[in-house]
Amino acid sequence: MASVTTALDVLVSTNWVAQHRADAGVRVVEVDVDTAAYDQGHVPGALGWNWTTDLCDTVVRDIVPKAKLEKLLGASGITPDSTIVLYGDNNNWFAAWALWQLKVYGHNDVRIMDGGRKKWLAEGRDLETTKPAVEPTTYAAKDPDLSIRAFLPEVQQALARPNVAMVDVRSPQEFTGEILAPPGLPETCQRGGHIPGAKSIPWGKACNEDGTFKSREELLALYGGQGVTPDKQVIAYCRIGERSSHTWFVLKHLLGYPNVKNYDGSWTEWGNLVGAPVER
Amino acid sequence: MKAEDFHERRDELGGWPVNIVSYKIGDTYYCTIDNVDPGARFARAEGPTRDAAEAAALEKAGRYLQQTRRRAPA
Repeated sequence: MASVTTALDVLVSTNWVAQHRADAGVRVVEVDVDTAAYDQGHVPGALGWNWTTDLCDTVVRDIVPKAKLEKLLGASGITPDSTIVLYGDNNNWFAAWALWQLKVYGHNDVRIMDGGRKKWLAEGRDLETTKPAVEPTTYAAKDPDLSIRAFLPEVQQALARPNVAMVDVRSPQEFTGEILAPPGLPETCQRGGHIPGAKSIPWGKACNEDGTFKSREELLALYGGQGVTPDKQVIAYCRIGERSSHTWFVLKHLLGYPNVKNYDGSWTEWGNLVGAPVER
Repeated sequence: MKAEDFHERRDELGGWPVNIVSYKIGDTYYCTIDNVDPGARFARAEGPTRDAAEAAALEKAGRYLQQTRRRAPA
């Protein structure tokens, strides 16, 4: 069985960040759905990464290329020994997307600030609008770890494998095909519905109202109750792979499931694929 | 500098549940509106008062939500 990372290694509180944000070796980074939020005010000393430009290949549809990530981390003053603390809006949605990509490229110590931007603001903690001065580094990333990333062929093969649990983390209306995209966002697929056999467990169910993650017991009940158990290979997907990176984080790092992959092609791949089976 | 006057509430807009968050930083009120599930921010605005920021954000949100089509079950 793969080693299990405990929640204590990957989740820190707003109090912890307030106390340790300026420690040597700690780099706090904000990653928001709303890319303008960072400029309103952010955790003092935090950098801001833009998910639409910094955390993807902007030409080919893909996650951030290795060389581009190395450049981003180097410009952020991060070394392979740094503790990266990520936080963001919307229950840390895109902070989890950044964490998953950093894990793909083998960064060891990446953590999420529990409750994210919302909790920091609601608690009335210090903010600043200036961007911190950074001493650049040269960062060498590891080769991508594809044990945590699922591509289309593996998902297609998984349809016939009973030991695979497919988790659709989109909203129930997307799962049933009633809508093709979250309300208010553009439709980006040709067909609605879900991958046959997938269980509907919306990603946000893993969080409390204040944006923090639910307890281990509650999370085990949420996923285990749908048959998503640690003895199975789990593949999580959503529309474009970001919401499912949040669920991947919960299953892999908060619950310690040994074999969890994020299918970042997700519904915008499957729902546009000619001949792909769809359930509603 | 700190966020002040942080408010969050649920409402319904165009038949969809939405989450409305507003707060003040400095002299500016910010308002963001996200769909409750999945919880994605899809409209935001700012203004000199909470009411002004919310009104502008709600107007945008209403327009975007009109583009969401419901399909009949298969």
